[in-house]
Amino acid sequence: MSALSAKEPAVVLDAVDRALIVATQAGLPLVAEPYAQIATTLGIAEAEVQARLQAMLASGVIRRIGAVPNHYAIGWTANGMTVWDVDDARIDALGAQVGALDFVTHCYRRPRALPDWPYNLFAMVHGSSRDECEAKAGQIRELLGAACRAGDILYSSKILKKSGLRIG
Amino acid sequence: MRERQTPPAEKIALDTVDREILAKMQGDFPLCPRPYQAAAERLGISEAELLQRLQRLLDARVLTRFGPMVQIERIGGAFVLAALAVPEASYDEVAAQVNALPQVAHNYRREHLLNMWFVLATETPEGIPAAIAEIEATTGLKVHAFPKEREYFVEMKLEARV
Repeated sequence: MSALSAKEPAVVLDAVDRALIVATQAGLPLVAEPYAQIATTLGIAEAEVQARLQAMLASGVIRRIGAVPNHYAIGWTANGMTVWDVDDARIDALGAQVGALDFVTHCYRRPRALPDWPYNLFAMVHGSSRDECEAKAGQIRELLGAACRAGDILYSSKILKKSGLRIG
Repeated sequence: MRERQTPPAEKIALDTVDREILAKMQGDFPLCPRPYQAAAERLGISEAELLQRLQRLLDARVLTRFGPMVQIERIGGAFVLAALAVPEASYDEVAAQVNALPQVAHNYRREHLLNMWFVLATETPEGIPAAIAEIEATTGLKVHAFPKEREYFVEMKLEARV
């Protein structure tokens, strides 16, 4: 089940890196010297906290450090998962093109679950209204052209949970 | 770790500075002794004001978190989208059962026969089938797993529109 896109071998974390992730995964302390506070908790030097975070950013273990908005609260109230049944022979070329559209935030190839679920391409679109999402879905449909047999758009109507990943 | 449910975001007014924070602070947080001060300087406000504004945005759930975003696959873990077809009568009960698992990173209600879509994130690939088995045992429903076969793009950075 490992991803084909994970080209590089997994990074092996030592116990301190892991403790650093566990200590920060719910958020950085909102204090003037957050890294010093984490360092005290973990019993290591502040410079080591910064160096380890820097190394995990460089290796891709940490995608980024910053604000994670609730996109509904910042005006993106219509969120649609567009799904498409795309010719297997053409999906990789077309998937890359759909992913490159500036309004698509996630784009993946996933297995079909026949007969109920014929879709193998998933692309998330967002808008302030469903009309806006429909227009974006229309652009994807146009790009896919004859290689696309069917499509649907599944709107999220409620966030049931959004904690992000948790280890520990 | 006990998970809490995500309450709905409060309706708070965002001003220009809040929007700047949302636009400029979704990545590249400085790695220096006073990172909030460094970030505040870029925004032209004081460190104290930035801390106060971040706390307010978190309290109102405009931000769900402020900190590192981990890519679990880089440390040998797995990240899988999955869905359930939940009967309406038991929807809330099933949502609580699914959300109780720490492996469930997020969960959305969607309008389809498959009406509950969640992401499982586990530190090992074996954690995924284990979590699926636990959800199936608890809910009595079949979990449809949609592991990614290829990632064409992922970058969830949306600017504020309010």
